[in-house]
Formats: sequence, structure tokens, C-alpha cells
Amino acid sequence: MRVKATVMEAAQMDRTLTRISHEIVERNGGTENLVLIGIRTRGVPLARAIAAKIEEFEGVQIPTGSVDITLYRDDLSQISPNPVVQKTDLPFDLHDQTAVLVDDVLYTGRTVRSALDALTDFGRPLAIQLAVLIDRGHRELPIRADFVGKNVPTSSDEIVEVRLESIDGENIVVLCEMPAGGGQEASEDVKEES
Amino acid sequence: MMDDKKPESNERQAAGEKGGQAMGNDPNGIQVDTEPGATALKCTDLLGIEYLDVEDINLILDTAEHFKEISQRPIKKVPALRGKTIVNIFFEPSTRTRTSFEIAAKRLSADAQSISASTSSLVKGETLVDTALNIEAMYPDLIVMRHSRPGAAHLYARHTSARVINAGDGGHEHPTQALLDALTIRDHKGKFEGLRVAIIGDIAHSRVARSNIHCLNKLGAQVVVAAPPTFLPLDVESLGVEAHHRLEPAIEGADVVMALRIQLERGGKLSFPSQREYFSLFGLTRERLSITAEDSIVMHPGPMNRGVEIASDVADGPTSVILDQVRNGLAVRMAVLYLLAGSSKDVETAA
Amino acid sequence: MSRLLLKGGRIVDPSQKLDQVWDLLINDDRIEAVGKDLPQDSDTEVIDLAGKVVAPGFVDMHVHLREPGFEYKETVASGTAAAAAGGFTGVACMPNTDPVNDNRAVTELILERASDEGTVAVYPIGAVSVGSKGEEMAEIGDLVDAGCVAVSDDGHPVATSFLMRRALEYTKMFGIPVIDHCEDLSLTAKSSMHEGTASTRLGLRGHPSAAEEIIVGRDVILAELTGGHLHCAHLSTAGALRQVREAKRRDLAVTCEVTPHHFTLIDEAVSGFDTNTKMSPPLRGPEDLDAVLAAFADGTVDVIATDHAPHHADEKNVEYDIAMPGIIGLETAVPLACEHLVHTGVIDVSRLVELFSINPCRILGIAGGTLEAGAPANVTVLDLDRQASIDISASLSKSQNSPFDGMLLRGWPAATIYSGKIVWRSDT
Repeated sequence: MRVKATVMEAAQMDRTLTRISHEIVERNGGTENLVLIGIRTRGVPLARAIAAKIEEFEGVQIPTGSVDITLYRDDLSQISPNPVVQKTDLPFDLHDQTAVLVDDVLYTGRTVRSALDALTDFGRPLAIQLAVLIDRGHRELPIRADFVGKNVPTSSDEIVEVRLESIDGENIVVLCEMPAGGGQEASEDVKEES
Repeated sequence: MMDDKKPESNERQAAGEKGGQAMGNDPNGIQVDTEPGATALKCTDLLGIEYLDVEDINLILDTAEHFKEISQRPIKKVPALRGKTIVNIFFEPSTRTRTSFEIAAKRLSADAQSISASTSSLVKGETLVDTALNIEAMYPDLIVMRHSRPGAAHLYARHTSARVINAGDGGHEHPTQALLDALTIRDHKGKFEGLRVAIIGDIAHSRVARSNIHCLNKLGAQVVVAAPPTFLPLDVESLGVEAHHRLEPAIEGADVVMALRIQLERGGKLSFPSQREYFSLFGLTRERLSITAEDSIVMHPGPMNRGVEIASDVADGPTSVILDQVRNGLAVRMAVLYLLAGSSKDVETAA
Repeated sequence: MSRLLLKGGRIVDPSQKLDQVWDLLINDDRIEAVGKDLPQDSDTEVIDLAGKVVAPGFVDMHVHLREPGFEYKETVASGTAAAAAGGFTGVACMPNTDPVNDNRAVTELILERASDEGTVAVYPIGAVSVGSKGEEMAEIGDLVDAGCVAVSDDGHPVATSFLMRRALEYTKMFGIPVIDHCEDLSLTAKSSMHEGTASTRLGLRGHPSAAEEIIVGRDVILAELTGGHLHCAHLSTAGALRQVREAKRRDLAVTCEVTPHHFTLIDEAVSGFDTNTKMSPPLRGPEDLDAVLAAFADGTVDVIATDHAPHHADEKNVEYDIAMPGIIGLETAVPLACEHLVHTGVIDVSRLVELFSINPCRILGIAGGTLEAGAPANVTVLDLDRQASIDISASLSKSQNSPFDGMLLRGWPAATIYSGKIVWRSDT
């Protein structure tokens, strides 16, 4: 996959997360009844990073969990084989909490839709908000983010790749060109599932 | 129809949305929950552990690990297998395996139907193949089947396009039992390498023993069996086990002791004189178990004959993990249903 | 009087110690001459058999023709057609029909069918006991008079030592063998495969080698006691063959046969639960296969017999342990023997002819097993170099139960001449 451009360097990513953290606290009038939930895979370290930043300036530990949306995907009956399931870990009661879902890239909105369904099975939060590092457009569902790191106009044959220290060894966001040919596409899918 | 294009566009967006990143290659792996490795089972049906490799087994165990949590949610149900039809055909009575599969199917939102059938084809009735063809006409996606005859699941699998899960075929295999046992051992011991697992009882007629021996061998544990010689099949060592005719040398230093149900209804005649004598020679008592390894656990696939294979104070005691086995059975069966439902046989054979 | 000249074939006839590239002249239903460059007149039909083996007609002494009673599996007509296509000029048929061939009427019915619809010779084998129930002796004298060439309760062993003793004694009057299916049923209840490492893995109830060996031992002892002729059917174990070897060394009247599946397959073949691997006796272990091959090489085995056991597809398309045991074998025996015994060097071609022709004729006391002038014109022509795959769907049998479908083998029958007529000829 060819990298076309760098969207966000490490330092910028850090500043962006700091800003999102402040916005979350500001929007919710503090940290009371606030929980952070990262969407697997890359939403999880992002949620932890936001929690750490809020702890820095508010001195409060925000309960942080993770949700795996695999079992809620709307395309399960159409893909083969079934993707590998990862752990969902919500070590708190969602009832009457404001849950902030965190993910790396917002694209069609289908992942977020799945995550909303998953959260509903765990309880009835007061509100669910959405924070994303990158919003690249092309929505297929009526979903929008409450907190956006950066809006990046893209074409549908491009891929926004968020690389995170804890997973990929570096903090950077790049814009890549999707390779032509179905085979590559399929392998993309496998990667996504892994 | 527009639907024709759906899968492709969905996959593309899914790939795009998640940015196409690979995970699992992080050496520190703070959020690597699954071992990097297999992402799909290499088999089309689950007919026996013999036909799985260690990657397949680990994929099922890892998936089951994540499914455990679903049963603890306020709403114990996920939509993963919505629209899938699962038929449980039990030619042999079974309460716990059947219930476990039924609940597993329901937790995954599949439509599950259970059928009890007469096992004897000597009784006037349709053949297994006819049963398969009739059920096939109702478009099942998965068949879970229990039968008293070895190889019956193989036969069924040759006559259906649905995925077949062997829930026990006579004295041959009972793969989900071995998988739930493996998950239970992993929960308590955290590993398989170097473990000594003793299986006690009617090895000759036990599908649980065969599946467990295959499974534990593949995972790297050392398996020891002990039984009266009348309960040991010819050349049992060829299965990859150490065999003893007395209980003590088998359980000495064992990390796991697994008692098998004495099938009083199957082949018991002339194999041992009385239940009393069996218990006095092979029954698991607290005193006998004192020579096992520290922190050893005691397992039983159920249903138990208390006072025959196992003393009640052991079955209900602190080293018993019997109820963990039942809990894990649900997670393992959910995992197996989920992984096998993922694709059709046509897809696999074309690939 | 029509004449048929088989020209330039390799004549292999151990009965005359003959292995020569010669001609064979047939006059009507008899062999007229065998020799070099035999003269031919204008109305002699000449067949060029250069490169082929010409042998006395093969006889399969262990066949289930299923008629009367099980015509949906096989009939005299279909079974003998399959026999001709397999290179056999005669078959001996087992009495476990319905009704059992335990009386003259059934024997006569079979022979009548054979003469009306049969392609090759049929030699009925009568039952040892009434209904093969192992209780009263059948009217063996009457059976022999009607045309039976041996007695057997095949499908079951001769039930008791006492009955076996009486049968071995009584048959001495007629000079026929008692053919026993050697199996101690108390050791094989509910079994469906050989007891060995494969049964241990598959969880199927095992049939121990001892079950066969115990009855062979019993029968050999009784053969010695009585001086009767014992023929052990379809032997499959090392221990059984060892006992027969020992009995022969001591000059007892003991002969035996082995099936093609027992010299080609082992119990591992059962692994996929294909019911076409279910036989009685079962496919044995690898050490038994080695012993079987050794017994071919050293002369312990007298006969290759197929135990041709046709079953309807519905009787095989069921769970392994309730499937009917047995496979068809008439059209696969010769190529399996050529490939696995001759081309591997276990035996030579003249021993092959002994196993398929001379010995079964001698044991059953029937004409044949030779190409001498005056003998019946029953001839099997072989093409030892032809390579082809078994296509069970093309079988002339009414049943298709065989584990050998698709197997590539070298050495096939090329033509079958029965009573002076070419009753079957290979297309190629």
C-alpha cells in the first residue's frame, strides 16, 4: 500500500488528543458519571490516552473499557470466514453514565452503529457520545461524531491509517492509496479482522 | 437487486473505516487478546479432535474465552448468528450437552430446533441418511448431532451442505467435551506444556477419553490413563498415552485428574465385577488424591455416578472444577457454532 | 464343429509345467491341442494373442450369487456375467441364500438358472447344517448328488466342534471339503472391524485375530482326528496362516484361501468410516498383511478367492457398525493380484495360475485347471501389462460395493473363454 501523505504527526496527535480530552470534560460539565469506551482495536489505546490526559488535568481516573463489535457487525452473514472475536471489557455499570465511545477513524458509520448496539446490551447509559481522531466522511448511516480530532477529505479508494505506539510502534496518521484488485481488498478485510 | 453489491461495499468500508491496520504483531501486545495465528478453522465440520490441528484448537479456545463474558451480561445475547438455523439432532438421550448447545445457539441469536430421534434403525423407521436428506430440505446452517454409533456424524456430513458438529458418536469422539475440558484446564493452569493429566475409567468405550487424549496431546500435555485392563482398548499406548492398571501410579504427581463416567449401560458386563469393587480400586477419594501434584484439579464430564467413579466430598470439594467445565461448555459451544457458521461448505471447497 | 485357434500367446499351465509362447487349439468345448505353430484350416477362427498370457480357466471358489432370495443384490445371471468380465470361467457359490442351499431343490434351482442364464460355470456349495443353523447335518449325500462340490455354513462358522467333527467325517464318503468361515462368535459380538490400533482410535468394537485363530485351531485338530478335508475360507491373520502352514507340514488335508482385499488393504482404511471397508473377516493390521504376503510366497495359501459379497447401496449407506459386511470382488481380483502379487515379485505367473485355477479345481474336485488335450475349453487370457483404473460403475454385478473404485492397476484379464466360447473380451 502506497503512502500518499502524512495526515498527522506524533506531536500533533498528542495535541489533538489533549484538545479532545478538554472538550469532553467541558461538554459534560466535569467528569462525574463519565466513562470512556474504546472500540477495538485502535479505539482502545486512544481511550486510554484520553483517560490519562483527563487524569493529568482533572486529577480524576475515568473508568475506561473496551468493546469488540465483531458479533454486532451487519455483514456477518455475508463475509467468510467469520472474523476473529476479541474481548469486550466493560468493568463498570453503564446505567446512568455518560459513555464516550472512542475510535480512530469515522468512515461509513457502521462500526459505530454496531458499537451502539453492543452497548445497549450492557445497560442503559444516560447518553452516548462519540470521539474520533479522524473523520474522513463518506457516511452511510446517520451518525456524526461529538468530538473530532481532524476532518480529512478523502476519496473512497483511499485508506486512512492510524498507527499507534502501543500497537504499531509509532504515533502517526497517514493517507494511503488502496491497491487495485480484489485480492488486495480481501486481504485488507482480513487485516481488519485480525 | 442492490443487495448484490452490498457485501463488497460493506467489506470495503469496514476495511477503510478501521484503516486497514493489522494487529497482533505488537511485541508488547498490551491489547493483543488473541494469539496471532489462525483466523479461521481449517475444517468444514467438527467431527473429531483428531482432525483439528493445534491452531484450530487454540482458535476455538481463544474465541470461547471471549464468549464467556456474554453469559454474564444483563442481556445474555448477541446478534452474531441472526437468521442462522441450527438443528440439534439427538439420537441418544442427553440432557446437558443438548441444553448446552441449545443455550449456546440462543445466546448467539440463532434459531435452534432440537429433535430427539430413535437410535435403532432395526426398529422400523427411516435411515440416518433419510433423516439427513429430510432435514436438508429445511435449509439448516448447522447440525449438532449425537448418535450411539461411531462415524455417524461422518455419514451425516456426507449428506448435507450444513456444517456438522459431532456432539458424540458412540465410543469415537466428543470434540466439544474435550475443548471445554481444555479450556477449563487452561483457566486453572494457564498452560498445557508439562502438565500431567490422568484420565481414569472406561477408556475403551469412552468418546470423552479419545477426544481428550487427542486434544491434550496436541496441546502438549502428557496424558496418563488408568483402568482395569478390561477397560483399556488394545494397544492403548498407540493413542499417545502412558497406561496403568492401577490408579496410584497414574495420579501420582498429576496436575489434573479426570474421572470418566462408568457406562453402566454400555459394555459393562464382564468388564468389572461390581460397582463396589470398581470404587475400591479406582474411585477418586480425598485420601487417594493426596499423592497428586499440589494445586491439582479434579474433573468429570458428567453425569457422575457418585460413589462409583468419585467420592462425593471430592466432587463437591475445593479441587473440583466440575461446574467450571459446565460453564465453559457453553462458551466453547458458542465459539464452535460461531466459527463454523461463518461460511458455507461451498466457500470452503472452492477455496 | 467350430475350431478356435489362440495364436502366439504365452501359455502358462503349471499342470503340464508349461510356460511357452505357443498356440492353443480349441475344438468345440474341448481343448484339442497345445503346441508350436499349430496348423489351421479355413474355418478355424484365429485370435492373435501375442503378448498375452493364456491360462487354464480361473475359478473363484468363494462367491455369493445371492439367488435365490436376494435377487436385488445379485443373481446367477448378473454374478456370472461379472465373473466372466473378471476373467473367471467358473464360480462356486455359497449356500447362505434364502432359502439356504441345504437341500436338493435349491441346488437344482441354482444349476437350472446357471444353465439358462449363466455366462460361466456355477458350482454350488451346500450347507453343512440344515438352514446353516449349526444343529442337524444337512443331507450332504443328496446335495452332492444334485451337484454340490463342497459344504459350508459360510457367513457363520460351523457352530460346534461336534458338528465340525461329524461333517469332516461324513464328507470323506464323497471326497469333498468342508469349507469353514473361521470365527469365534463369542469374541466378535457387535464388532465391525479388526481389533487393533485403528479400532482403538475409531472407537468401533474390535474383532480380534484370536477369534479366527481359535476356530482354525479347532478345525485343524479335528481334520487331524478325522482325516477329512478342511478348507479354511478367507484367512486373514498371521496366526491362522501359521496354523495352516504347520498343518500342511504335517501333511494334513488342510487347504486355505485368501481374498484380494486381505492382501491389499489394512484396517487403517476404515478411518473415514467408509462402509465399503467393512468385511467379514475384517481388514487386518499391517503385520497380518505382511504374513499374508509371506504365506503367498511360501505356498501356504492355496487359493485366491474373492468372497464376492454384493450388497445393495442402501445396506451400505448407513452407520458403519450396522452396515452389511463384504464387497464385490469378481472384476477386481485379477488386476489386484497382478499388481500386488505378481508385479511386486511376491509370486510368479505360474503360481498365480495355481492360485486362481489349478488349486480351486483340485480342492473342489472339478474338471479344469489344465490346458491338456481333452480338457474342457475353459481359458483365461491375461494382459499383464495393461494399466487401467477400476471403474465400479461399469461393473456387471448388480451391486457396486467396493473400496477399490478408481484404483490404478497393472495386469488385467483380456478375454474369458468358457466351454470353447469367448464369453467376455476386453474392449482394449
